[in-house]
Amino acid sequence: MNTSKKIRVVVAKPGLDGHDRGAKIIARALRDAGMEVIYTGLHQTPEQIVETVIQEDADAVGLSILSGAHMTLVPRIVDLLREQEIDDVLVTVGGTIPADDIPELKKLGVAEVFTPGAPTQDIVDFMRAGASRN
Amino acid sequence: MAAHTTASIPQPTLEGWEEAYAATPERDAEFITLSGEPIHPLYTEADLPQDPASIGVPGAYPYTRGVYPSMYRGRLWTMRQFAGFGTADETNERFRYLLEHGQTGLSTAFDMPSLMGHDSDHPLSLGEVGREGVAVDTVDDMQTLFQGIDLGKVTVSMTINAPAAIMLAYYVVAAERAGVPAEKLGGTIQADILKEYIAQKEWCFPIDPAMRLLGDMIEWSTEQMPRWNSVSISGYHIREAGATAAQELAFTLKDGLTYVEQAVERGLDVDDFAPRLSFFFNAQIDFFEEIAKYRAARRIWARELRETFGAKDPKSWLMRFHTQTAGVSLTAQQPLNNIVRTAIEALAGVLGGTQSLHTNSYDEALALPTEEAVRIALRTQQIIAHETGVTNTIDPLGGSYFVEALTDKMEQQAYDYFSKIDELGGMVEAVKQNYPQREIADASYELQGRIDHEQRIVVGVNRYTEGDDAQTPILKIDPALERKQVGNLQAVRARRDAAAVEASLTEVKRVAQQGGNLMPPLLEAARAHTSEGEIVHALQQVWGDYTETPVF
Repeated sequence: MNTSKKIRVVVAKPGLDGHDRGAKIIARALRDAGMEVIYTGLHQTPEQIVETVIQEDADAVGLSILSGAHMTLVPRIVDLLREQEIDDVLVTVGGTIPADDIPELKKLGVAEVFTPGAPTQDIVDFMRAGASRN
Repeated sequence: MAAHTTASIPQPTLEGWEEAYAATPERDAEFITLSGEPIHPLYTEADLPQDPASIGVPGAYPYTRGVYPSMYRGRLWTMRQFAGFGTADETNERFRYLLEHGQTGLSTAFDMPSLMGHDSDHPLSLGEVGREGVAVDTVDDMQTLFQGIDLGKVTVSMTINAPAAIMLAYYVVAAERAGVPAEKLGGTIQADILKEYIAQKEWCFPIDPAMRLLGDMIEWSTEQMPRWNSVSISGYHIREAGATAAQELAFTLKDGLTYVEQAVERGLDVDDFAPRLSFFFNAQIDFFEEIAKYRAARRIWARELRETFGAKDPKSWLMRFHTQTAGVSLTAQQPLNNIVRTAIEALAGVLGGTQSLHTNSYDEALALPTEEAVRIALRTQQIIAHETGVTNTIDPLGGSYFVEALTDKMEQQAYDYFSKIDELGGMVEAVKQNYPQREIADASYELQGRIDHEQRIVVGVNRYTEGDDAQTPILKIDPALERKQVGNLQAVRARRDAAAVEASLTEVKRVAQQGGNLMPPLLEAARAHTSEGEIVHALQQVWGDYTETPVF
């Protein structure tokens, strides 16, 4: 692995909710940690997000959802990635995700789910470790 | 002489205290507010405002101590829990539940598609229908939402902004069909569009036409709905997006002053509409900072309306406000702790003189609240109102060295922001230049850093983390509700008069293009069962939509 290559992360806001405090904090923390961060902005469709992941040749994508629509939107994004034969992108989810939904999301291929209160450093560390492995 | 009387014991002095304090080591902590403001170890008489008139008395200019002479001895605040999920049927049931449990006003949460102007069967609505609020697509849903509730008696608050004028049209027509005319309707529609671009981020149109639509609605409701609060100028979402208390105060008031300016420019007399403006603030966990914020807000608003806009009617000077406890202060870890947080925040709202209050439920960092969680939240307000005794006297913290000093400081910080915003060309310009957005992003990042480095302790999150109970029961929204709502909408589409719908949309577009007040054509569109998405998309054909350039 070329260690000088910056990890490229897409921070994405699928769905219609406008709660972007968390996404922006994470985007900035990842950037401050030396990663290349592409923040999609709000109200993105699954198609737009997957398109961005491809365009940006991302190592990881962080999906931030606080609207309760995660069980509709995350499977759609994971499916689209699979259709495009993208299997080396680390997928993480953050937001108000009830505990019961976490195992299901992981079964779909989500590497980790971060709920409110997750320390920023944990997310940075996870992204770094996971994206380097891929 | 008289060496042996008690009077000879040296009187404690401030200097003496300072020496004694300096000799005592402080514990290892930062003595700053949640917003990062340093706090002195002691406040004294010297910290009180120079002019006692700036504190004044309740119910009189500058209203620092409260907007009414009798405050809670006359009437308690309105206990207004925000609710909405699923279709209009489910939310109507929750509304009736809340009214039966002693709630005194209604507050409607709309789902994301409704907030963004998308119909429930729009591709972008997939998975979002009825999730974070109630789905309202047509006037028919609005009728169902308030079925069996006397809209002439209960006041209703509606949290909707970009499409507020359309929802108001639905509400007026739904009430009309239930036999309640517009002039009898009491309540509030949020309609605070500037804070959408700043913080809440649910928009439909570019800023300028959105401001015009708001102006049309204010003008129309000023004339037709004397009991209606035309805009609820909201700091809540600004704060939730990560702002400090001073930013919440400054940006919210500046938004409000901008609406006043626009309405005056349209030719309205300030005293005709200013009494119908109301505010909506957050109650965060830093108790005194919040109380100071509300007191400063009243004083600034009164001064600006009287001095800058020349309002003569004292009702125009009054800042009446709703408070909601801070959703962002709730933790997913050890969720029962949130009951305590919410109680303290609610108490700050009450000691700050709020007119109405929503207390969050302890499970809201996980999902929408269950009925039980909502009941505890409402009971929290009832305990504050009836058991704690804080309502026995007005503004019990008035005159406190600390609270008065914080109030003055908060006021000063707000004026500092006003100057910066004016330098940028006013609030609309500042928003277009992302100024408040950037300030908020910086503040929120800074606070997160303090939490991550454990400079700020969050119980159950970065300290005292053992004993988490992952067993909190949560409200599940049945995905079948989305299909039910899509079915409702399609049934309305099938039975309405398609030609009337077309005609109503043509008229909406014509007025949007050629000028004139949009409310009458929107009311016609509501009567024709035209859907929200159809109206918004028609307006977007004329005005375009909005894309943010995010700053982080």
